[in-house]
Amino acid sequence: MENILSLFSENEQMIYFVILAVFVGIEVIGGVPSILHTPLMSGANAIHGVVIVGAIFVMLKSDPENYGTLLAGFIAVLLGTLNVVGGFVVTDRMLEMFKKK
Amino acid sequence: MQSHLLSVIYLIGSVSFIIGMKMMGNAKTARKGNLVGAAGMGLAIVGTIVLFKGDVSPVIYGLILLAILIGTIIGWMTAKKVQMTKMPELVSIFNGMGGACAALISLIEFNHIKHTDHIIETVQNLIPVEPTSAGALFCMLAGLVIGSVSFSGSIIAFLKLNGTLDKPVRLPKYNIINTIFLIAVFAFSVYLFNVETPILIYVLFAMALLYGVMFVLPIGGADMPVVISLLNSFTGVAAAFGGFLYGNYVMLTGGILVGSAGTLLTVIMCEAMNRPLFNVIFGAFGGGAATSAIGDATKGTIKDISVSDTATLMNYSKRVVIVPGYGLAVAQAQHVIHELEIILEERGVEVKYAIHPVAGRMPGHMNVLLAESNVDYGKLVEMDDINPEFPNTDVVLVVGANDVVNPAAKTDPSSPIYGMPILDVENSKNIIINKRSMNAGYAGIDNLLFYNPKTSMLFGDAKKVLTELVAELKTM
Repeated sequence: MENILSLFSENEQMIYFVILAVFVGIEVIGGVPSILHTPLMSGANAIHGVVIVGAIFVMLKSDPENYGTLLAGFIAVLLGTLNVVGGFVVTDRMLEMFKKK
Repeated sequence: MQSHLLSVIYLIGSVSFIIGMKMMGNAKTARKGNLVGAAGMGLAIVGTIVLFKGDVSPVIYGLILLAILIGTIIGWMTAKKVQMTKMPELVSIFNGMGGACAALISLIEFNHIKHTDHIIETVQNLIPVEPTSAGALFCMLAGLVIGSVSFSGSIIAFLKLNGTLDKPVRLPKYNIINTIFLIAVFAFSVYLFNVETPILIYVLFAMALLYGVMFVLPIGGADMPVVISLLNSFTGVAAAFGGFLYGNYVMLTGGILVGSAGTLLTVIMCEAMNRPLFNVIFGAFGGGAATSAIGDATKGTIKDISVSDTATLMNYSKRVVIVPGYGLAVAQAQHVIHELEIILEERGVEVKYAIHPVAGRMPGHMNVLLAESNVDYGKLVEMDDINPEFPNTDVVLVVGANDVVNPAAKTDPSSPIYGMPILDVENSKNIIINKRSMNAGYAGIDNLLFYNPKTSMLFGDAKKVLTELVAELKTM
């Protein structure tokens, strides 16, 4: 119990950040017409590709001799890039069609 | 200096995600919004690589760039080439990639702390996380479990959408088994906190992957959009845990934003289908056993109509409403339907499209498909606005839609789609339904509308039939 409480106070700033960010996420989506749900889902899908930043960290920090980590990191960066690039490009393709009007 | 600059870059990245998503909520600014998000992402990625302080061997830089290059080429090509009807599958697969990326990060970091005294560097030093602190360990395990579930779940969702796995697979008492298994995953994660055998992390990895499969496998195809949206927010949460681990605000903002927005989007979708999220995950739906107890005697008979009769009927109508469904997209008939609309309008017939919130495979999917074939935005009318107009409509043409016009949703409490709001097409004067055959819809349920005395069936492939219809109208 002591541990859990201290975890809260140590990360107080972070917890506030998370709560506020959750509300921003809800606010941003509120009132979106249903016709935009698919592009929005696809766009959100691209944005969580930001996890690639973590994969790049892993690579930057890894020991060049440690092939296992390098391989896993390489795959992580590759998958992250697929998520980011594929996500944004396909969202753009969808939204391009709405733009013509 | 470098790290300060990086902080600023991450701040710009975070803000661009928020602004980008906000702009995507409006049809006018949506495309720019997507680009704003992409620019922020690009900045964050480049900044991370260029401004990292510490000795990094050129080999590693080379590998990172190579991975990004390959990923960009494959991602770009796939996204450019894919047909718009295959969109949901693609979103699902890209989502799975993100989940796998998050899971891999956790795996690597876990091995780092267990094998060496490697210190997780909090690059910005905003929140110093101690390498072996409970907090860091918690983030790794959570990122691993959520990322893996999202990955394997997305793959199953992909296979279901592209038809490889078309029947929901259900073990007996799958709900109980799944819940027990989920508890086991939790318990095992807690156990890993105090264990010094790093190899066990792979057991957790495997368990989480298996759970993802078990989670999605019993859910019927009709509920897949909800599942994808849910898994999308899972990946967001997994990315956010990565952000905690590194004290990285851009990962946190992006992850949490998608996590919360994605969850809300999931709930909105569920509301549109009038299916509580709980029922989607735990309820039985879309199964073959769902054919409700409609006796053959009560069904009545089915009436055929020819293309030329349909053309005549439409030509002398005042108001025509088209109800497009996924079948229209599968037949690639979006363009022909637009031609039909134009020729009818030339004859002074008022044409509108009735768009059910879940027409297609995802909310808004049908709008994307019709927009692709240049259908005027203003002609797409949402369900609540078009329903009062049906009594004044002369002809309703249902193309490739089934469940969204099934009156069982209103009248038959035993039907699995009971309670879902539908398009009240039976109030119109004539109903013409184009279908390839008498097969049941995606949800696998019989449709009494076909037996309605006002209904005529126009059998055949949507594209072929509509092309003939347009040709016929031209001769009139």
